[in-house]
Amino acid sequence: MPAVRSARVPLDTARVILPRGQVHVIPHRCKECRFCVDFCPKDVLALSTETNAKGYRYPVVAPGKDEACVHCEFCTLVCPEYAIFTVEVPRVEVMA
Amino acid sequence: MTMSTLIAERHPSDPLFRADRLPHIWCPGCGIGPAMHAYAQAMVESGIPLARHVCVSGIGCTGRVPGYLNMDSYHTTHGRAIPFAMAIALVKPELEVTVYSGDGDLFAIGGNHFIHAARRNVDINVICINNFNYGMTGGQVGPTTPMGARATTAPFGNYEQPFNLPHLAAATGAVFVARWTSLHLRQLKQAMLRAMKKRGFTFIEVLAPCPVGFGRPNDIGDAMEEMTLYREGCVVDPAAPLDSLDIDLRVKDRPIVLGNFVDVERPVFDPLAMMRPTSEAENNTAVAGKTQEGQ
Repeated sequence: MPAVRSARVPLDTARVILPRGQVHVIPHRCKECRFCVDFCPKDVLALSTETNAKGYRYPVVAPGKDEACVHCEFCTLVCPEYAIFTVEVPRVEVMA
Repeated sequence: MTMSTLIAERHPSDPLFRADRLPHIWCPGCGIGPAMHAYAQAMVESGIPLARHVCVSGIGCTGRVPGYLNMDSYHTTHGRAIPFAMAIALVKPELEVTVYSGDGDLFAIGGNHFIHAARRNVDINVICINNFNYGMTGGQVGPTTPMGARATTAPFGNYEQPFNLPHLAAATGAVFVARWTSLHLRQLKQAMLRAMKKRGFTFIEVLAPCPVGFGRPNDIGDAMEEMTLYREGCVVDPAAPLDSLDIDLRVKDRPIVLGNFVDVERPVFDPLAMMRPTSEAENNTAVAGKTQEGQ
């Protein structure tokens, strides 16, 4: 999907701090539907190289995307198995 | 500092579910899971205590939803979820009763109950997961299977005209009618919140991928492909004429119209109103614990 670029930059861009999320996964619930991987607006997730006990590859944070999650919670909402969620990282830790 | 991936044992929404029953029986990529999550979150955000919510279902894949919700929930006989819920709503008007069932259960086996509950404007919410086929029994043609779609019982294509569910609900008297998909989850949750707040018969259709029952015979590769169809093929138009809401997944350029189509007021079904003294009958709209919109 092509990245959407805005022609105008919002006035408060410098002041706004993007939230940061930490991805948590419950591997044994995953059935590899790939909704979280494909619908993540920041392309944070990728499928794991190993599988869970049922043979499904579960989502993991893709290489180099450790700090890319913005805690939009869409993966939490769209996961049919309740197997992934994000937790907002406290602001002090984001600034550090 | 963020770590790569943390492995968890429990989900923050687990208290809303009977988590010991998870993972559930639905197929990989089934759209019922996200819709159930939206319903669980809407219940929490509705401000109505969880103890006053009731979920009733009939038979089918969607009929299993009450079994996974950690609340007062009932799994009734095939097609009879609406009369069961109607009785609860009439005897205990302080409860927020929601029927959560599939298109086959609500519109084929229970079709008559639906139109008459809507006509009477019983104070219940009906959420219908529409996956275009009878999923649990192996993908047979149902009342919502689009024309031409292949199914177990229609290997050469379905020749029946399907129901246009929002049009049917609005025509029979529902006071709130919406259609969303299991991809439009924030909008779906808002529609559920509106339905919970509203008195009278409300109807929400949720289009959900059924990769095994509907997708496989219709050359939709997997659930991700059907979700992509929703993402690319859906248009939000609450003002769309109701008779234009037919769904035909075969036609590439025809959009699927989503939105909150109807939001009107009608007198709510109250069979005891005639027996009360007149002054009381006039006040029968003020039921404890419910808010009347627009006042």
